[in-house]
Amino acid sequence: MTRVLEVQNLRISFPAGNQQRFYPVDGVSFSLDRGETLALVGESGCGKSLTSLALLQLVPAPGRIEEGSVIQLGDTDVLGLSGEALRQVRGRRIGMVFQDPMTSLNPVFTVGDQIMEGILAHFKMPRSQARDRALQLLQEVGIPDPTSRLQAYPHQLSGGMRQRVMIAIALSAEPEILVADEPTTALDVTVQAQILEVLDRLRASRGMAVLLITHDLGIVAGRADRVAVMYAGQIVEETQTSRLFANPSHPYTQGLFASVPRLTGPLTRLTPIGGSVPAPTAWPSGCRFRPRCPKSFEKSELEPPLLPVEPGHRMRCWLAEQPNGIHHK
Amino acid sequence: MSALLQVRDLVKYYQSGGLFARSAPPVRAVDGVSFEVAQGETLALVGESGCGKSSVGRTILRLQEPTRGKAIFDGVDVFALERDELRRLRRRMQIIFQDPYSSLNPRMTIGAAIAEGIEIHRLAPKAEIPRRVAALLEEVGLDPGYARRYPHEFSGGQRQRIGIARALGVEPAFIVCDEPVSALDVSVQAQVLNLLGDLQRHRGLSYLFIAHDLAVVRQIAHRIAVMYLGRIVEEGATDQLLSDPRHPYTVALLSAVPEPNPSVRRSRIVLRGDLPSPSNPPPGCPFHTRCFHPMKNERCRVEVPLLRPVQLTMAACHYAESTPQPSEMAASLIP
Repeated sequence: MTRVLEVQNLRISFPAGNQQRFYPVDGVSFSLDRGETLALVGESGCGKSLTSLALLQLVPAPGRIEEGSVIQLGDTDVLGLSGEALRQVRGRRIGMVFQDPMTSLNPVFTVGDQIMEGILAHFKMPRSQARDRALQLLQEVGIPDPTSRLQAYPHQLSGGMRQRVMIAIALSAEPEILVADEPTTALDVTVQAQILEVLDRLRASRGMAVLLITHDLGIVAGRADRVAVMYAGQIVEETQTSRLFANPSHPYTQGLFASVPRLTGPLTRLTPIGGSVPAPTAWPSGCRFRPRCPKSFEKSELEPPLLPVEPGHRMRCWLAEQPNGIHHK
Repeated sequence: MSALLQVRDLVKYYQSGGLFARSAPPVRAVDGVSFEVAQGETLALVGESGCGKSSVGRTILRLQEPTRGKAIFDGVDVFALERDELRRLRRRMQIIFQDPYSSLNPRMTIGAAIAEGIEIHRLAPKAEIPRRVAALLEEVGLDPGYARRYPHEFSGGQRQRIGIARALGVEPAFIVCDEPVSALDVSVQAQVLNLLGDLQRHRGLSYLFIAHDLAVVRQIAHRIAVMYLGRIVEEGATDQLLSDPRHPYTVALLSAVPEPNPSVRRSRIVLRGDLPSPSNPPPGCPFHTRCFHPMKNERCRVEVPLLRPVQLTMAACHYAESTPQPSEMAASLIP
């Protein structure tokens, strides 16, 4: 397995007034291998989107990535880059697809122009050849009648078609890593199925690594190789997808599973997690899930590190130290 | 079971206005929809964006005027009411929205927002209103002390509870819930779904629950009506519709729901193409342009199928008896 990305101790801060700063992303580490899909899962405000933006140094001002954070892309230290060198990473080595394609597409240029712009920014080739590449990309993402769609403007396309165009643009520079931030959240479920299929197919055919940012455990189940569950700016559980679903161990992960309504199986009353997600300006002390956790105990007042649950499975909960502390389903 | 609400052949067209739109065909948001909701029952209207489900909810409450059709609520012809009568009716029929923040006045304390309806309808003497508000807040699981606070001080889930408390203030019999949990995180979504279920049991409420998520709907609905391009294409009891769908669109919708369980490997039917425009719906069966039914033929392109009993549900498909089920789908149908 070739490691393509290594993120270590990523911390992102924003000013909170009176010289203080708060940390919406607070010590996140993960890695990504070639051809692998890692899902970052969590609810709003957990820091998953900011984490993905940091990979391209796109954290919006006045936020900043803290000293000591490491983002290693192959042998490139991303956080040490600026100017042209950074531009060579953005798009060229890491492509990005966002939730809302309409805000990322320029309404006054045709789809073809926008895909060709991406190609010509990264490769030296004549326009006619770039056009052929654009056509090929539209075919690859499953856009029917691609020749005429090259001439279309974004508003003439449906939401699903726009997202396909965004994926085509992200792929135009043949990136090693595709970051997909809630790529189907704004789409209807039948269209979502189409887009996820396109992403799966592309990953397999191109050997790309995919970082999938989502709140939907259902999307993760069919797709990701590994999952990292985020809560309050940190990864709280990380393992292979099959292990996470067979043996969710962190009380937050267990709470998420108990909250999700399901289409199959016996119909039971949902068991929600009490309270609500804390604000990043006021992460709770000790274990950050403690105020909502049904299993908190004395030691939860200390902040837990990621502890091993079983080989290849870690969680940020002191219960991992107790052999009977984790309640298997 | 007698129906609290009966809707017959409801039609809602939007004439697109504007300078260049003179000759544009109307958007047929709702194109002949009929259903009933009994007392204490939840009927879910399910479909993808643009299918007309929200227009149905708003038209029934006359937040928008219908183009045609009839809605009888507790014996009253809703579409025939004058202004004053309509206001009286609104006490019995309420709505909660997807984004409660946009329906709360940012300068009004939530106590005042909840009290407003009670005052307008003179449901309690002035001195008693604070106690009513406190009881409502408690009923929806909020601290009664929150009455003095403003909407921006609350999280999304709390705001939805406030929206529910405000709707309950006027003691309605029927609530249109328009995507009430779609904007909420899963952990909070479960809280609100449970709350809506509990309130229904305690107060005997009827819900028209508008949603796009079938797994959410399964938690709360007694019956489900699936909409596509302004029409109901299938309707039935929740269990039956989910376990034995008869309309190909319902089958596709069910198979597209990602199930949070890697061991559930359902064959996916990925529909080809996009939803046709509701201003130019296809002739015949509205679904025929995307339909994967092996028996699809010329008749589907010409003749509009009517909603009719098929086994345990009602389905609007000429060949609903032989609609392939997800488990039977041949590999060739899955591109």
